[in-house]
Amino acid sequence: MTQSIVVQVGQCGNQVGCRFWDLALREHSSINKKGIYDDALSSFFRNVDTRAGDEDCSGLSGKKIQSLKARAVLIDMEEGVVNEMLKGPLGELFDSKQFITDVSGSGNNWAVGHKVYGSTYREQIVECLRKAAEQCDCLQCFFLIHSMGGGTGSGLGTLVLNILKDEFPEVYRIVTSVYPSAEDDVITSPYNSVLAMRELTEHADCVLPIENQALVDIANKIKLMSHSGKVGAIKQETAIISGQGGVSVQEKPFDAMNNIVANLLLSLTSSARFEGSLNMDLNEITMNLVPFPRLHYLVSSLTPLYTLADVNIPSRRLDQMFSDAFSKDHQLIHANPKHGLYLACALMVRGNVQVSDLRRNIERLKPSLSFVSWNQEGWKTGLCSIPPVGHSHSLLALANNTCVKPTFMELKERFMKLYKKKAHLHHYLDVDGMEQECFTEAVSSLSSLIQEYDQLDATKGLIMEDAPRLNIAV
Amino acid sequence: MSIVTVQLGQCGNQIGQELFDVISKDCHNAQGQSNKTETEAYRACSQERFFSEDHGKDTPSARAVLVDMEPKVISQAIATAAKSGIWKYGEQSFFCQKQGSGNNWANGFCVHGPRHERDIMNLVRRQVEKCDRLSGFFTMMSLAGGTGSGLGTYMTQCLRDTYPHSFILNQVTWPYGTGEVIVQNYNSVLTLSHLYQSSDAILVHENDTVHKICAQLMNIKQISFKDVNKVIAHQLGSVLQPVCTSDGTAEYKRNPLGDLMETMVCHPEFKLLGLRNIPQMSDTALAYSAFTWPGLLKHLRQMLIAHAKMEEGIDWQVRPPLPGLPAVEKFTGNKESRFNTSLSNLLILRGKDVQSADQGAFADPALYTSWRPPGSSITTWRTPIAFNRYEKLATLVSNSQLLLKPLDSIVGRAWNMFASRAYVHQYIKYGISEGDFLDSFTALEQVISSYSNL
Repeated sequence: MTQSIVVQVGQCGNQVGCRFWDLALREHSSINKKGIYDDALSSFFRNVDTRAGDEDCSGLSGKKIQSLKARAVLIDMEEGVVNEMLKGPLGELFDSKQFITDVSGSGNNWAVGHKVYGSTYREQIVECLRKAAEQCDCLQCFFLIHSMGGGTGSGLGTLVLNILKDEFPEVYRIVTSVYPSAEDDVITSPYNSVLAMRELTEHADCVLPIENQALVDIANKIKLMSHSGKVGAIKQETAIISGQGGVSVQEKPFDAMNNIVANLLLSLTSSARFEGSLNMDLNEITMNLVPFPRLHYLVSSLTPLYTLADVNIPSRRLDQMFSDAFSKDHQLIHANPKHGLYLACALMVRGNVQVSDLRRNIERLKPSLSFVSWNQEGWKTGLCSIPPVGHSHSLLALANNTCVKPTFMELKERFMKLYKKKAHLHHYLDVDGMEQECFTEAVSSLSSLIQEYDQLDATKGLIMEDAPRLNIAV
Repeated sequence: MSIVTVQLGQCGNQIGQELFDVISKDCHNAQGQSNKTETEAYRACSQERFFSEDHGKDTPSARAVLVDMEPKVISQAIATAAKSGIWKYGEQSFFCQKQGSGNNWANGFCVHGPRHERDIMNLVRRQVEKCDRLSGFFTMMSLAGGTGSGLGTYMTQCLRDTYPHSFILNQVTWPYGTGEVIVQNYNSVLTLSHLYQSSDAILVHENDTVHKICAQLMNIKQISFKDVNKVIAHQLGSVLQPVCTSDGTAEYKRNPLGDLMETMVCHPEFKLLGLRNIPQMSDTALAYSAFTWPGLLKHLRQMLIAHAKMEEGIDWQVRPPLPGLPAVEKFTGNKESRFNTSLSNLLILRGKDVQSADQGAFADPALYTSWRPPGSSITTWRTPIAFNRYEKLATLVSNSQLLLKPLDSIVGRAWNMFASRAYVHQYIKYGISEGDFLDSFTALEQVISSYSNL
């Protein structure tokens, strides 16, 4: 069984991370009735005997849970968010050696996060990561959570990505990035995002872009359903925005949206932690969904969003769940995969679903989706027996689809609007180590990425001839 | 003589566990022509072939080595076996690591293979030492994944190097056409081309076919992988369980793998074996059905020559070419109703009145390729002991053009993907070069060409 370490950077990263740990505990406690520290728990938690002076007894799996510690590294350049976490009910999950904080923050400046704090805290970060890695038997993956629009998450977060690549080249790096929406209140967010994107394209194995606006839309949709009071009344605690049943009692703003991202990460790792008839490990995701090294941006969608409360109504048909996964309303960024070209698609099914249901739905939905000519059957499927809390089955769809292109193009447009006027540029160039080249390189990296997607899109709908086969002399 | 089974990867281990289950249940329920000596001989032969009994008191333990790169599936298989109460896996017969191969053939072949070769071969050696006489190895794997395909190929090579005089039969599972794993075609091409060099014969099961059997013949509504695996295990059991020698019904053939190779694989270019059996139905329907040998054999023969996947939907229009007319046209890959030319066929008949079954129709030289001397192409094995509660069961193992179209389709898709170099960087990362890919493609095009020209 492998372990994964979550590295949460910046305010957004830490808030999402907080929800992740809460929901992870909730999921494991609903399955693990006997309180035995099993392999599934060990993928994200250590078992520590605090009385015996913080001795790590994770190696003794099968023992009772003493005190769980999260496999996490928390980084923020201002103390507010992290301190709140420490004081809250989740505080016991972490020990002080896992934190790296400073006081003044990055001022929404990628350069400050990446260059200034980067050089100051580099050694400390490496030390922290190393320690966390040593506590793992077999480390498979780093999950980096951050936002693109700010300073710390974006700048320092991408520096951490660099560090991960240098120090742990064998370990996969899956990055969950929250992209700023068009109406973002941080004016320099386009600069921060484009500068960070370059790092993501070069150094991450897989990126799951998330857009705040999409999360807001989903959360509103659910709230509408629950307030409608009609026949479709839903079970509150099963909604993917709900944190009920978790450790934290008070719901904070943004919690609903962050819960969605937390659920995404839980479903992503479900097959690696729990058993099933067709396992899909994290290295299989990075293998099957990344046909070319730079095109590793995966559009994700989670269904169902909730379960109905009225038991007399037959549970939402399985097929509806599959259809929803491909609708634009369920994607975690504003994109319509049906309008784009699929390079690859992965379906991670949890719960009481069999292979025949899966195959039937793939056959049914295939005609409405366009796949690239050399990957007409580009499906990767996984079946995990354990459903998420409160549901009997669920589906996570990950798509490597050219529909991310509009998001990137808009980002580039907003960047150019500021850059042409050289607005706010001096804040960045004043930082030691930042030069004009950083900007030009970043934007050219983004442009060439968009161009690659363009080239693929151009092949959409064309009938491509099969490559001529080798001729064997008889 | 005994067979040592090596189960590789998730698929191999899941099917392997079902296979041993079917075999032990068959032995427990063995019923024959109410001849006690026959039944005892059958049971003893099967036990010796597949199980080793420690001191005769414990539950028999399977002669198997379980290999996987991550622990979940193996623990499940071992637990399920132990629960059955009638057989189990040996205590130290499994090898697993913590992290899987990530569906990457190169990872399984170039990294995990050499790294774990010694430990796995030690386990194999331990099983071999428990056998009085070794008939050979039966490996089980899928083509789509990383461990079964990559590590499985490497281990087959090791088995060949370490035991040059033993037979190796590879059972491979071909994935669903509409994708379980995106890089499955690459993995399949790399595996088949390498297996061709070290294996003696490759016995193929296609997930699509077995799925159809479950849906249409067994009437299962929600088909799970367990259902699919049970059907595959049933088919394999019907091939590997003991059959009588031609002399008497109480004597059982001793060398199943050797006999299989001798009859089926007469030329190293032709190693792909397909499997069909009849009847195949759910347990409830079985109780109400009765069959005759002539009926069963007639259907089976038509299934063979008309490329039918199962006993429903057989195209009865297809007929063997009349003698004296020009040779059958070359395979073009379009039409379903092609005539299937065989190289050699093996009929295995189990059950009541089996001596009366007449396989003459299979001996028709028109079914076979012209360069094979007539008469040696069809072999029949029989036993009066019924298998797995089927009163009469006929199984056909065929070395023919049955697998030509699926193979061509896999190579075609892999070639298309390779033309755009998609995913190739993932394989190069672990040590496979583009040249290796091209070699594999060439090898398989050669196989396709040979089978087309039968």
